[in-house]
Amino acid sequence: MDFAFTDEQDALRQGVRTVLDTECSVDALRAFELADEDGRAELARNRWAVLAELGAPALVVPEAANGLGLGDVDLVGVLEEAGRACLPEPLLETAALAAPTLAALLPDRAAAAALAALVEDDVSFAVGGVDVTVDGVVSPTAVSADGTLRTPRVVGARDAAIALLACRDADSGWQLHAVPADSCTVYPTPALSSSRDLSTVHWPLDSETLLAYGVAAEAAVSLLADRAAAGSAALLVGLADRMLAMTATYAKERHQFGKAIGSFQAVKHQLANARVALEFARPATYRAAWSLATAQPTLSHDASMAKAMASDAADLAARVGLQVHGAIGYTWECDLHFFLKRTWALSRAWGDAATHRRLVLAQVRRGAKGTRTAMSDSRQ
Amino acid sequence: MDLTFSAEQEAFRAEARAWLAAHVPADPLPSLDTAAGFEAHRAWERTMFEDRWSVVSWPTEYGGRDLGIFEWLVFEEEYYRARAPKRVSQNGIFLLAPTMLEYGTEAQKARYLPPMASGEEIWCQGWSEPDAGSDLAGIRSRAARNAGGDGWVLNGQKTWASRGAFAEWCFGIFRTDPEAERHRGLTYFLVAMDSPGVTVRPIPQIDGETGFAEIFFDNVEVPEDQVLGEVGAGWSVAMATAGSERGLSLRSPARYTEAADRLLQLFHQRGGPAASADAVAQAHMDAEAYQLHTYWTASRVARGHAVGVEASCNKIFWSETDVAIHGAALDLLGPDAELLEAGAPGEWLDGYLFSLAGPIYAGTNEIQRNVVAERLLGLPRG
Ligand SMILES: Cc1cc2nc3c(=O)[nH]c(=O)nc-3n(C[C@H](O)[C@H](O)[C@H](O)COP(=O)(O)OP(=O)(O)OC[C@H]3O[C@@H](n4cnc5c(N)ncnc54)[C@H](O)[C@@H]3O)c2cc1C
Repeated sequence: MDFAFTDEQDALRQGVRTVLDTECSVDALRAFELADEDGRAELARNRWAVLAELGAPALVVPEAANGLGLGDVDLVGVLEEAGRACLPEPLLETAALAAPTLAALLPDRAAAAALAALVEDDVSFAVGGVDVTVDGVVSPTAVSADGTLRTPRVVGARDAAIALLACRDADSGWQLHAVPADSCTVYPTPALSSSRDLSTVHWPLDSETLLAYGVAAEAAVSLLADRAAAGSAALLVGLADRMLAMTATYAKERHQFGKAIGSFQAVKHQLANARVALEFARPATYRAAWSLATAQPTLSHDASMAKAMASDAADLAARVGLQVHGAIGYTWECDLHFFLKRTWALSRAWGDAATHRRLVLAQVRRGAKGTRTAMSDSRQ
Repeated sequence: MDLTFSAEQEAFRAEARAWLAAHVPADPLPSLDTAAGFEAHRAWERTMFEDRWSVVSWPTEYGGRDLGIFEWLVFEEEYYRARAPKRVSQNGIFLLAPTMLEYGTEAQKARYLPPMASGEEIWCQGWSEPDAGSDLAGIRSRAARNAGGDGWVLNGQKTWASRGAFAEWCFGIFRTDPEAERHRGLTYFLVAMDSPGVTVRPIPQIDGETGFAEIFFDNVEVPEDQVLGEVGAGWSVAMATAGSERGLSLRSPARYTEAADRLLQLFHQRGGPAASADAVAQAHMDAEAYQLHTYWTASRVARGHAVGVEASCNKIFWSETDVAIHGAALDLLGPDAELLEAGAPGEWLDGYLFSLAGPIYAGTNEIQRNVVAERLLGLPRG
């Protein structure tokens, strides 16, 4: 038992934080929101190049495919930093969802080509077509009259070289495709967190882009959903940490009735509650990363638990953050809004807390309990 | 990062499990807050001690096995899994002992630790006073030099001392320098409850049993070697004990994972509305999150780091989790919840009543929130 990060893992996280402190400062976020489409694309490209230099997008690509060959435990701290910085680019989608999904499909030709582009050309990936519900994983991808597929809420499609898209029909089941950008028609969707790149993507069903179908696709998609729950939990933990830090700083600076508002107990206790929620969401999130890395039988349970706890912790930090900031927090001028909106989006993306609580319960009833006492039972 | 226990630790788990299976009394012992129950629990401590299971993490010379923090956690998991009796010696072994190992003299450790481990001497905690609860530094019970200058004379009143009705010994803080700043004039004393001048008045708790007591000190003579730590350093010694109380040692995660597992079984048997399903799932997650957090903290400790102020988050979390688990169980029991039967309903009711004390003792949760806000988030005092 050693529930801790290595010095290398800490250094990697710190390196990403240092880079994002400048590349993804709140000024940079503001510039990004104000830029026109060309300007936005250029800012995104430049920031992605810096992340690629650190190796972040291809962290978990196996060495055999010329990646760094690291794992989910190395990645989780990087994702947390991306959350803390409110990074607009699709690091979760590229590094934590598409890359390992493709790697697992090697030596498939389309998968190999996509990973080669990631490693050599520093491209990014979009991901879509998978939703998490209490009844399991479903696909929001619809078929239109002309046979084109339409996938809503695809993340990262505007700048991606390849979109990892899923669809499902009642007869043939799941299909998973790696669709090149030039086959996609991308309709950006205005969304609450304007720095989050959401689109509806129209794409043709083409056997050339097919990565997996039937049971293989179903397994890949359900693993992808677990990855998404665990990875978005890490982003949310980073967001919660940032909002708490910003709010604590504000509570020390802002004075009313002749003293810092942070000295009022009603303010203190709200912040303390949010801090406690974060304190316990964090180990749950790191455990999910470890369960992914080591393919634990409890993975689905652990990923759902992380997402439920991190969503609740970040939602609480957002609620308290806004309340403690008062009216200034309700403005576009205050930096807080970037983090609030990203939190509100991510706490519901890939299954909200209530959904994942139910999934946890279903896993437990199925016997995949995560508690030590329960695990011991199953060993008897 | 590795979240599995080693083969040795698993072997130790198997050994603990086998021993507990062979020794845990088949029928639950009578409540430890009754005279007969207290003695039955003391006998159980003795049984454990004889096979070196009562304090596995202590040095061998005092009755332990010199094992590490993870082995202790494994033992606790097995202990709760076996539904073994409550630890009547908990104030001593979990709170006083870590403090004594840090601040005690060799002679004190040799004198007090072995009988503490065997249950021969049971300790209670004499901190709170009628006018000093949350504001502990406001205590008024005092200790003055005796006439011979070789000891102390205690006067005053303590209250809410758990197990005070039956305990042999009390560890308490007393004011030795009324002139000094509130936190500085305090000293930590070890007092035999049969000393002349000690009077105990048991207080029935919410369930009617005498779980705690008032203790009156009327010119009680205490020799010099019953001071723990330096004279005047009582506050910092007491805060070490409080750290154990809130942090790692008093409430091991197994207590909550075991209760959450029982809650799941109850839910499977009885079913319940959607809100109950949510509460059951949340209880399970919170218990497990506390377990993970403990592994996280223990890994830091094993690498030589201190526990840190994060411990204050712990106390809030375990106490609220305990209330939530037991409250959810009562909801599932519905109209049966009020029944004081032996077995399931009565047990949940007992547990619920006890859980409600958690946010009050060991420093109320309001006080812990102040600590979290001020020391973890850096907000100004006051
Ligand atoms: C079951 C049980 C067992 C106990 N066992 C022991 C024992 O063995 N030994 C021992 O010494 N003591 C023991 N205690 C006592 C316990 O430590 C005290 O109850 C606790 O410290 C609170 O003190 P109080 O009860 O005087 O409440 P008070 O301090 O009077 O507090 C009353 C309420 O006011 C709130 N409050 C007080 N100050 C503040 C503040 N600054 N900010 C916000 N809110 C505040 C509190 O949070 C609480 O809600 C036990 C208590 C219980 C319930």
